[in-house]
Amino acid sequence: MSQELRYRLSVIAPPVVAIALFFLVWELGCWALRVDEFVLPRPSVALAAYLKWQHAIWPNALQTLMTTIVGLAIAIALGVVLGALIGYSALMYRALYPVLIAFNSIPKAALVPVFVIWFGVGTLPAILIAFLISFFPIAVNVATGIATVEPELRDVLRSLGASQFDIFRKVGFPRAAPYFFASLKVAATLAFVGSVIAELGAANSGIGNLMVIASARFEVSLVFAGLMVVAAMGIALYAVFAALERRLVAWAYRSR
Amino acid sequence: MTHAVPCVELRNVSLIYASDGKAVHALENVSFSVPQGAFVAIAGPSGCGKTTILRLVSGLMPATRGQVLIDGQVVRGPQKKVGMAFQNASLLPWRTALQNVLLPLEVVQPHRAQFRARRKEYEEEAHRLLRIVGLDGFADKPPYQLSGGMQQRVALCRALVHQPEILLLDEPFAALDAFTREELWGVLQDLWTARRCTVLMVTHDLREAVFLADRVIVMSRRPGTVISDVSINLPRPRTLADTFSPQFVDYVHTLYDCIGAARNGSTS
Repeated sequence: MSQELRYRLSVIAPPVVAIALFFLVWELGCWALRVDEFVLPRPSVALAAYLKWQHAIWPNALQTLMTTIVGLAIAIALGVVLGALIGYSALMYRALYPVLIAFNSIPKAALVPVFVIWFGVGTLPAILIAFLISFFPIAVNVATGIATVEPELRDVLRSLGASQFDIFRKVGFPRAAPYFFASLKVAATLAFVGSVIAELGAANSGIGNLMVIASARFEVSLVFAGLMVVAAMGIALYAVFAALERRLVAWAYRSR
Repeated sequence: MTHAVPCVELRNVSLIYASDGKAVHALENVSFSVPQGAFVAIAGPSGCGKTTILRLVSGLMPATRGQVLIDGQVVRGPQKKVGMAFQNASLLPWRTALQNVLLPLEVVQPHRAQFRARRKEYEEEAHRLLRIVGLDGFADKPPYQLSGGMQQRVALCRALVHQPEILLLDEPFAALDAFTREELWGVLQDLWTARRCTVLMVTHDLREAVFLADRVIVMSRRPGTVISDVSINLPRPRTLADTFSPQFVDYVHTLYDCIGAARNGSTS
């Protein structure tokens, strides 16, 4: 029991200590160098701002979280389908990979004004940007997972007369699952970046929108409070996916 | 039984395939037949197309010329009558030993349609096979917790679980150490005695061939042809002690000479 406790502590303590140290250095640095609060507020000031504006921050934070999760969900659905397609078919790979690269090379921030023209200001541009920014890693990883299935494993199924779909279900999909989860952790954090970027200029709510309003009113500490809330939500979503990964694809991490 | 249609028959089979843009002539006019219930080993120098023969029989690959027949029917694709084990155990790493053994039942009809309903029964059958190969208590282990020999035992169970008429073995013990390999000869002999399916096994280990087979077919170098077909008239069940008997050693020598001739022979 105490060993179990010690193990848990050894997992939880290092990141907590690291984050605490980061804030401590920031706090002391600002204080020692006498940095103006208007330029870079100390974390304690940002925390005070958070406590003061809580009621205004939370609805916006939930809006950003919702936007991110919807965008990510679309990215997962389309990313898995397209990834499976280019992972399976050499023709699809040759045809679509350059297109994917081209799309991914476009700065997503540059698309925000375009989406505003198309869809107006609101939730939709933010969802689309979150989707676009998180789609690529998912598609590429799923494709890699499926394309690298050992031919021996495929032969086992083929010699039983399995259909292509059987092979995908029994071998391709489970084989790609660890790749998929690895990409989810990247995609989840990217999706937050996407929604906040879009909210900066194309939304009436959300943390991004809150930050724009705050900076216009020179409430720099509130801007930083917003950033911290986004960071915290990023960690939370990451933790959810990491836990799912440990549960569902434990076989890929046999030597913990 | 004596005049029955052979279980497996190759008629003048040739195979030419392209590798890196060059044509490789793997098999030339190979003909032989295997009666129902026989255990036949195919031996030959490496690269003589032994494995290719199994891929043809299993329907994973079509012949360039000639015909491959199972029960008198021309093979045109993968067969559900066939169970196959490879040199690598090739277990699915995300499945336990038991789930790996059950895999063919999830794919092959009629088991596939009944899989949900008869799952209990199928699991019992899988457990029974695992017990025969000495893996009692390992059913719920994932492959990476099993040794190479244990993984190969699981692969044998998987090849047999859907009660195939024909078992194709592609150097199934080649990657194992000598002790494990010889132990598994006994395991395979037991499985075969219990099931009496037709076995076609590829090997380059002549002692293995003599120990297990009723007949050993010796192939020449590429392009592979049948150069010798030796019946092994030794009583069964054979034991490891038998491998030191003069008759056993004679058979191994005979085969050894055949292969030696094959390697020095068709070089020109």
